[in-house]
Amino acid sequence: MTRLIIKGGTVVDPVAGKLFQADVTVVGDRIAHIGKAPADKDATVVDARGCLVLPGLIDMHVHLREPGYEYKETIATGAAAALRGGFAAVCAMPNTRPVCDSAAVVGFVLERGKAAGRARVYPVGALTRGSEGKELAPLGEMRAAGAVAFSDDGRWVRNGNLMRRAMEYAAMLGAPVISHCEDPDLSAGGVMHEGVTASVLGLRGMPAAAEEVAVARDIILAALTGCHLHIAHVSTAGAVRLIREAKARGVKVTAEVTPHHFTLTDEAVKGYNTNAKVNPPLRTPADVAALKEGLADGTIDVIATDHAPHAREEKEVEFDAAPFGMVGLETAVGLTMALVREGVLTLPQLAAKLTTNPARILGFEGGLLREGAPADITLIDPELEETVEPECFASKSGNTPFAGWRLKGLPVGVVVGGRWFAVRPRVATGRRTRDKK
Amino acid sequence: MQRKDLLGLEELGADEIRMILDTAGAMREVIRRDIKKVPTLRGKVVATLFYEPSTRTRFSFELAAKHLSADTISVAAATSSVAKGEGLVDTAKTIDALGADAVVLRHPAAGAAAVFGRYTRAAVINAGDGMHEHPTQALLDLYTIQEQKGRIEGLTVTFVGDIQHSRVVRSNIWGLKKLGATVRVCGPRTLLPPGLEEIGVAVFTRLEDALPGSDVVYVLRLQRERFAQGLLPGVEEYARLYGITRERLALAKPEAIVMHPGPLNRGVEISAAVADSGRAVITQQVTNGVAVRMACLYLLIRRENDDKAYH
Repeated sequence: MTRLIIKGGTVVDPVAGKLFQADVTVVGDRIAHIGKAPADKDATVVDARGCLVLPGLIDMHVHLREPGYEYKETIATGAAAALRGGFAAVCAMPNTRPVCDSAAVVGFVLERGKAAGRARVYPVGALTRGSEGKELAPLGEMRAAGAVAFSDDGRWVRNGNLMRRAMEYAAMLGAPVISHCEDPDLSAGGVMHEGVTASVLGLRGMPAAAEEVAVARDIILAALTGCHLHIAHVSTAGAVRLIREAKARGVKVTAEVTPHHFTLTDEAVKGYNTNAKVNPPLRTPADVAALKEGLADGTIDVIATDHAPHAREEKEVEFDAAPFGMVGLETAVGLTMALVREGVLTLPQLAAKLTTNPARILGFEGGLLREGAPADITLIDPELEETVEPECFASKSGNTPFAGWRLKGLPVGVVVGGRWFAVRPRVATGRRTRDKK
Repeated sequence: MQRKDLLGLEELGADEIRMILDTAGAMREVIRRDIKKVPTLRGKVVATLFYEPSTRTRFSFELAAKHLSADTISVAAATSSVAKGEGLVDTAKTIDALGADAVVLRHPAAGAAAVFGRYTRAAVINAGDGMHEHPTQALLDLYTIQEQKGRIEGLTVTFVGDIQHSRVVRSNIWGLKKLGATVRVCGPRTLLPPGLEEIGVAVFTRLEDALPGSDVVYVLRLQRERFAQGLLPGVEEYARLYGITRERLALAKPEAIVMHPGPLNRGVEISAAVADSGRAVITQQVTNGVAVRMACLYLLIRRENDDKAYH
């Protein structure tokens, strides 16, 4: 069996909340030992001095666009972008063409993910057929085929009764329901956050209330059904408050936030920057502060990217006409490490939001650095800096508002099932080079 | 003027606005002449590209270009492709290849002129982009206020009506504030965009509160589609609450003037008695529009050769 030793790094244990120096020895696809590794001439040794050693990062919210939109991204390029971003596993949302609403499409995504041989790819199945919000999709069949969660993604299930039934069914299957909370009547026609920036730019706004009304309804239904509700990409202070209150009452609800929502405000849209057009929209400084507070106090469990690749020509249009979304896999760690430097999160807390918590929500075995656990590991160099250059992305798309930003704290390697991938080579002299595509 | 495009008044400095108004003064003299033509832009090409119907703005720009001896081409834009947001960048590249010196662009999407300007060497003049800005309308309004009142600084200008959807208001806010005026807006809550107080605009929902002390009452056109959108209960109620009548106008300063960007819905946002009175300067706005657009075309097209105002 192949042996891999990650030597001399600082292990970040999100469960114990500790950092400690240790070697991590991997045998086959499992972690064999944590502690001083015995000399082993045949093992592959990764010099991890100066690096943080985390459980393999899991991004539970990405769009890989295949099948149907391969010009934006494929499962293979998305899985490669995930690796370059430090992720050992990603969950692919079902808004493909066809929609992932059958065992066949679930199987296709799994198969393509395996064939890509990069980050692990887990499919999320649609809640309703075609994500049209009219009738239930075959949730049981998809669950059996390997769907890890259910969601109509960008299309909030408007019919409350149908959502109730979907949640009851998902609860029975032991799978979480991921909800993109947005009341489409309240946000109708909006292309950015409703506020002074939208007023000045003359763009139609989406009020924070559109998200909060939807969060409130879904929390009430989670309490009714006992379903595990996971709220995707929380963006408003009011939504954070609702989730915090629901958790205090014992409702089975978890939530995620994206790096762009805790990093940028709606002012990023100025100049009609379509790369900053996302849904939910970038909000106000008060919302950003509330998101950070929610991360710090545990209201928000997960950091996920909502990686949404779009072709360049789709974004080079009038703001109203551009699609929502930005890529996020390859900037996530750099943006997230800033939270540690700002004192919002400790390293173990950050690791929990990128590993243990998504694993717990999705029922994965991963997310832990333990002897016997699957060998999914991410190495981050907290001092490594890089300027964001979309042309260097492994993703097919480069629709990011962070181009030109200098990010500090970057992934240098990922282990997936015992297989080592160097994603940013570190030269022995300490000089680092950037890997160009 | 050193800038390539005129996208909005938010980005212009007070000095640039004054330069345009001064230049418009000289242009005003040209259009008072018997033969309204000077050779200033001879050999230059001005393209008007209107993705939305507009008779007056387009006519005003074309007349302005012709008075300056520029050649004009008018490109018919298919509204069907616009609805899908198709082709704006390609159109910009085509216009560039055709060698236009200036493009006058009207488009239903906010920011369209900015996108267009990035893909063409021609000077782009925003003739209205969605709900964003309509800078030449605001400049002609500023010119008219200055002409009528002798100054702009220290005046109080009150906009009445559909503020939310008005690019005229958005441009005027920047222009008036940069030149030292106080700006108020008044309309039903459903037609007021959020956050205007943050940029120093006083916001009212009752005319009785907004009009006292106003030097200028700027009445906005009410689009009837706002009723269908559920933003207003009905035209009669709107006229009752926000229509500018003689009685309402009496709340403003005695010498207050009345402006309107046209076309008018008489009996809805403005009574015929007010529109046809000596207080209304609506026709002067139209005439001044040509002079202001001449100034803008001149300053932008001639920027490489001569950055001084036309005197």
